[in-house]
Amino acid sequence: PALGLFLFTIARDPLRIIILIAGAFFWLVSLLLSSLIWFIAVKASDPQDEPLQKGLLIFGVMFSVLLQEAFRFLYYKLLRKAIEGLVALSEDGCSPISIQQMAYVAGVGFGLMSGAFSMINLLADALGPGTVGIHGDSQLYFLTSAFMTMVLIFLHTFWGILFFHGCEHRHWWEIMAVVVMHLAVSGSTFCNPLYVGSLVPSYLLMATAAAWAYVLSGGSAQNLRRFLLCKS
Amino acid sequence: MITFMNNSDSEEEPCNERTSLMSAESPPVPSYQDGPQASEAGEVQGHRKRRAGSSRSPNNVTDGDVSDSGVPVRESALENEEEELTLKYGAKHVIMLFVPVTLCMIVVVATIKSVRFYTEKNGQLIYTPFTEDTPSVGQRLLNSVLNTIIMISVIVVMTVFLVLLYKYRCYKFIHGWLILSSLMLLFLFTYIYLGEVLKTYNVAMDYPTLFLVIWNFGAVGMICIHWKGPLQLQQAYLIMISALMALVFIKYLPEWSAWVILGAISIYDLMAVLCPKGPLRMLVETAQERNEPIFPALIYSSAMIWTVGMAKPDTAARGPSQQMWDAAEDGREDHRSPSHADSQMSETRSPVPSRPITSFEELEEEERGVKLGLGDFIFYSVLVGKAAATASGDWNTTLACFVAILIGLCLTLLLLAVFKKALPALPISITFGLVFYFSTDNLVRPFMDTLASHQLYI
Repeated sequence: PALGLFLFTIARDPLRIIILIAGAFFWLVSLLLSSLIWFIAVKASDPQDEPLQKGLLIFGVMFSVLLQEAFRFLYYKLLRKAIEGLVALSEDGCSPISIQQMAYVAGVGFGLMSGAFSMINLLADALGPGTVGIHGDSQLYFLTSAFMTMVLIFLHTFWGILFFHGCEHRHWWEIMAVVVMHLAVSGSTFCNPLYVGSLVPSYLLMATAAAWAYVLSGGSAQNLRRFLLCKS
Repeated sequence: MITFMNNSDSEEEPCNERTSLMSAESPPVPSYQDGPQASEAGEVQGHRKRRAGSSRSPNNVTDGDVSDSGVPVRESALENEEEELTLKYGAKHVIMLFVPVTLCMIVVVATIKSVRFYTEKNGQLIYTPFTEDTPSVGQRLLNSVLNTIIMISVIVVMTVFLVLLYKYRCYKFIHGWLILSSLMLLFLFTYIYLGEVLKTYNVAMDYPTLFLVIWNFGAVGMICIHWKGPLQLQQAYLIMISALMALVFIKYLPEWSAWVILGAISIYDLMAVLCPKGPLRMLVETAQERNEPIFPALIYSSAMIWTVGMAKPDTAARGPSQQMWDAAEDGREDHRSPSHADSQMSETRSPVPSRPITSFEELEEEERGVKLGLGDFIFYSVLVGKAAATASGDWNTTLACFVAILIGLCLTLLLLAVFKKALPALPISITFGLVFYFSTDNLVRPFMDTLASHQLYI
């Protein structure tokens, strides 16, 4: 689905593609920094100590989430500057792309990158021979991974919109809400392989975020109804 | 390894004429004459563009209805608009380059992942005589540095040789050289490649069919590249050739040497293009002075320009004043063929017919595009291919390098729009690519692996 989003909405406009790739890049950099921290922490600690490793991992995950949000913020700043530049350059005084579209594209960029990193090795291994869950792990590993990745990509998109909106209008609580949601989703994955604990809340959160973002983007129940009934 | 915006066809964009005005300073008469007419045409176009209103209008200025040719606009206002238009169309150009670079990388990565041949070590090029199977790390490092020095000096020598030939107008020799190399590339390497792919997928093919296929492929390629052909076919051939070259490099360069060579080549590129005495810069300037197309050279052009004269039937008007030239490729090649670089693609401007249609009204130019040297394609693909081949984190690293290279390309193009002259395309992208490769391989991979094994998501 994320790929479909990409094809239909982003691939047409070159500027959006650039913003997408730049968004992916920012996510990547944040991942890099967070894994650097984790790596240092792991090297500095005792590799035999299991709970410590687990604790470090959790710490790494949380830190990574915070870093991702920080980079989202940085990206927002960059895009603000870019918008001013574009406005100055355009002929009729208004920017060819609105901040909301940018928010959307940035969110998709983040999401795609994070999804790609989460899934791609899995997919590559899935092509090869093997049995899922042979050592007593869950047999639904691939399926749940796929769903989780999808929900995460969508979440990133919605968070992008919410985050930028919050930054625009200085609603700090919106920003905090995004951060908290992100932490919650990542935290819920700690319940894996008890999938009920992680997938369900994630989807609920996604629905919430979706509705919120929709409202923020100017939609309403009427619009939705008109769209669904294919009225003009 | 330089990128340029093709600014020679001045009638098309006002910024073109600005550049040709700039180049009028160093070169003598011919382009100077273009100046005033160009500015007039440019003004018209600019005016038309402004009236068009939308900033994202397809850059096809092919609406050749420049009927009201005489609309003079004040120079100062024009200058500003030139800038705007340049930057505005920047995004489109970036995408025009993203697509072929992405395609090339995809081809290389796909091949590396599936065909075993290219990851086996079957010997080395004579350009990299020192082996890397040494017992100690220090020795290995030393060997790779020595290999790099040899390789780079070969490239430098080749480039200087080419520049000298160009300066002394030994065009026939250069043409012959390029044709020979493209011949070899198209036929020999394709044969090897096809053979390996067929082996991998266990498909049988008899010799006559093979001969027919390769003959057709090669012949069409030669025609397309050195003469005329549909733009997309030309671009496709260029991409395939770059991919083939990159695969050869990936196979025959030993590990550490490859990385050190990539680093060294971007430094060399930086120097060769920006230093006043650098060979590539001299080449570009000489070409600008003479207002000639830089050979059926190693350049990928994203759009074709069929310029029709600005009331001037000579080819000087459409001389490709700025192009990116990647002569350094010449050096790299395994055996006999002197230069063959990868590129054999002339910028499609060269087949521009010198039509004697002289009215302004017939300006049917397509969007002037940005040109990128084929060597750049090759080295980007080498980086990504090596990442795919040798990284144990597989796809993550490859993906990271890919994004890094694209961002580097974006930044380079941005700088191009700002500086408006030939720029080296390699350094920024390769630096990003290398940084990301090493960091992703060593830092991110363990992190992601651990996350994935616990099925945690960040």
